[in-house]
Amino acid sequence: MPLSTRMTMEPPGAAAHRRSARDALADRMFRCTVGAAAAIVLAALAGAALSMLWGGRDAFATFGPGFLSSTEWDAVHHRFGAFVPIYGTLVTALIAMAIAVPVSFGIALFLTEVAPQRLRAPVATAIELLAGIPSIIYGMWGLFVFVPIMGEHVAPWLDAHLGHWPLLGPLFSGPPLGIGMLTAGIVLAVMVIPFISSVMREVFLTVPARLKESAYALGSTTWEVVWNVVLPTTRSAVIGGIFLGLGRALGETMAVTFVLGNSHQLTASLLMPGNSIAATIANEFAEADSDLYRSSLVALGFLLFVVTFVVLAIAKLMLRRLSRREGSA
Amino acid sequence: MFHPIQYRILAAGLAIAGAVSAQAADVTGAGATFIYPILSKWSDSYRNATGTRINYQSIGSGGGIAQIKAGTVVFGSSDKPLSPEELHDAGLAQFPSVIGGVVPVVHIEGVEAGGIRFTGPLLADIFQGKVTRWNDPAIAQVNPGVTLSDAAITVVHRSDGSGTTFNFANYLSKVSPEWREKVGEGTSVSWPVGVGGKGNEGVAAYVQQIKGAIGYVELAYALQNGMAHAALQNAAGRFVQPDMASFQAAAASADWAAAKDFFLVITNAPGENAWPITATNFILVYKQPKDTAGTKAALDFFAWAYDHGAAQAEQLHYVPLPKGLTDQVKAYWQAEIQL
Repeated sequence: MPLSTRMTMEPPGAAAHRRSARDALADRMFRCTVGAAAAIVLAALAGAALSMLWGGRDAFATFGPGFLSSTEWDAVHHRFGAFVPIYGTLVTALIAMAIAVPVSFGIALFLTEVAPQRLRAPVATAIELLAGIPSIIYGMWGLFVFVPIMGEHVAPWLDAHLGHWPLLGPLFSGPPLGIGMLTAGIVLAVMVIPFISSVMREVFLTVPARLKESAYALGSTTWEVVWNVVLPTTRSAVIGGIFLGLGRALGETMAVTFVLGNSHQLTASLLMPGNSIAATIANEFAEADSDLYRSSLVALGFLLFVVTFVVLAIAKLMLRRLSRREGSA
Repeated sequence: MFHPIQYRILAAGLAIAGAVSAQAADVTGAGATFIYPILSKWSDSYRNATGTRINYQSIGSGGGIAQIKAGTVVFGSSDKPLSPEELHDAGLAQFPSVIGGVVPVVHIEGVEAGGIRFTGPLLADIFQGKVTRWNDPAIAQVNPGVTLSDAAITVVHRSDGSGTTFNFANYLSKVSPEWREKVGEGTSVSWPVGVGGKGNEGVAAYVQQIKGAIGYVELAYALQNGMAHAALQNAAGRFVQPDMASFQAAAASADWAAAKDFFLVITNAPGENAWPITATNFILVYKQPKDTAGTKAALDFFAWAYDHGAAQAEQLHYVPLPKGLTDQVKAYWQAEIQL
């Protein structure tokens, strides 16, 4: 123990050592505290996923892998399958992202690069207000305001103009109900735009002015600055914002329930009603009157976990491949 | 299983609710959303009259049955009656509280409320997707003098499990063997066609927005939203309009005396003027309750509602139970429930 002998021999060194021991303890405690905070998240996630798996074990045991592929959902005859809700969840989230990502990108760029200074703060506040609206309000707005517009103008137009195209046609044909997967996707897009665009705006603001000014000084256009300087420096944070929006779109319940049509039928057309996992659970859990029914709904909840996880994992992988290619280029 | 967790959450919720209002004599109940409006009205008047507070949570019939079986509430409420065997196994007694009706509503240009008629089998065919256009000969046949366009029929049903759906599907099962075989009855069924709206208000909104739509809602929603309801042919072969009188006729003509534990769904009732999709809400209490004081207070409340609540019920488009039936219920309490 050379350290301790030195400590007894040299009083000033001992003080320094006490100080460093205290620091080490403080460091350890700090590490434990933040570690525990992170562990709570993991424990909550694992706990929720496992209890859902446990609650859904009846359904998984009864239907086996067929639960994933069956399109049947019949509470009277106790036959349940998750394919229609999974499909609806993915399709509506996909439509939402296809609309929300470019629009959010535009909003964030406008606010950070283009907009006159006095306009930036009010528009940014407006976006944050939009993020604070409860989803039930979006649902009611969707049902009473947006659905009639879709039903009277948009859906008939799509059906007439795109309905008989060779590949796209089946996606846009059908009676003009106004409700359906396309409507749900658009309402979801409106809901996630504030999330994605405010994250994008925040991270675009962090790009050092020096970098941008250098690019401008070299004669770049605004678009070139954005594409070659702003985006590459903020890419991972931007993707993070998109994930946040995607997660919300996958799990959104109330607004989707109002405009999706809640019908357990598989159709190619985006104008037709469908169902989503979250909407099915919200609709049917209160009155689920048999153990198998309840278990099937809980199993659906577990599948939502899995779907979200898989989608995010795929997105992460794509991101990694993208950055690797960039690195090698 | 899953529900123990659910119970614990609800029990915790009840404990909090109980702590807030511990000093008042409280009766807790849970179940069907259908009777929530009238129960809150009744309990308000009852509290003014007696000081007893009725704390009712409208969590749905399925939830109400689960809660009473778990013993977390004094009374449960369900739009779907339990069979005598199931009641016996759980030690429960069952009696009707109030009656309402389900009406088909349509959205067709130029068709006013009551301006279109259906027979039971025709309604079943429409909701099965076998009749798809409004100018179908089957519709024209029962609607002489009404000309309808070839607009497509869009079926609107409930997306959430509901007693309204139970009564509607139960009626279609009674009048259409094909419906009974392929779809059946339940609080949620596997709909062959159509779109699902959440709650009565969701169905009402969809029907109002989709041209050529047909749906089913409780009468109160059809009246409040000014929707075009349809007349239906009843078991006696007459076309009747949904109103207080036809609901009452259905309730009176149903054979309650022969129904053990009031296990009777009064759809397709035999009366001359009976509305065919009349629905009853049921209350569940323990036959040998642990909380005798609470159960007695609950029965006192329902006795009060039978005797003094009729006017309020009618204001909200519910049908109070006929006098003969309430006497029968009180006799049933005497015989079955040990207080």
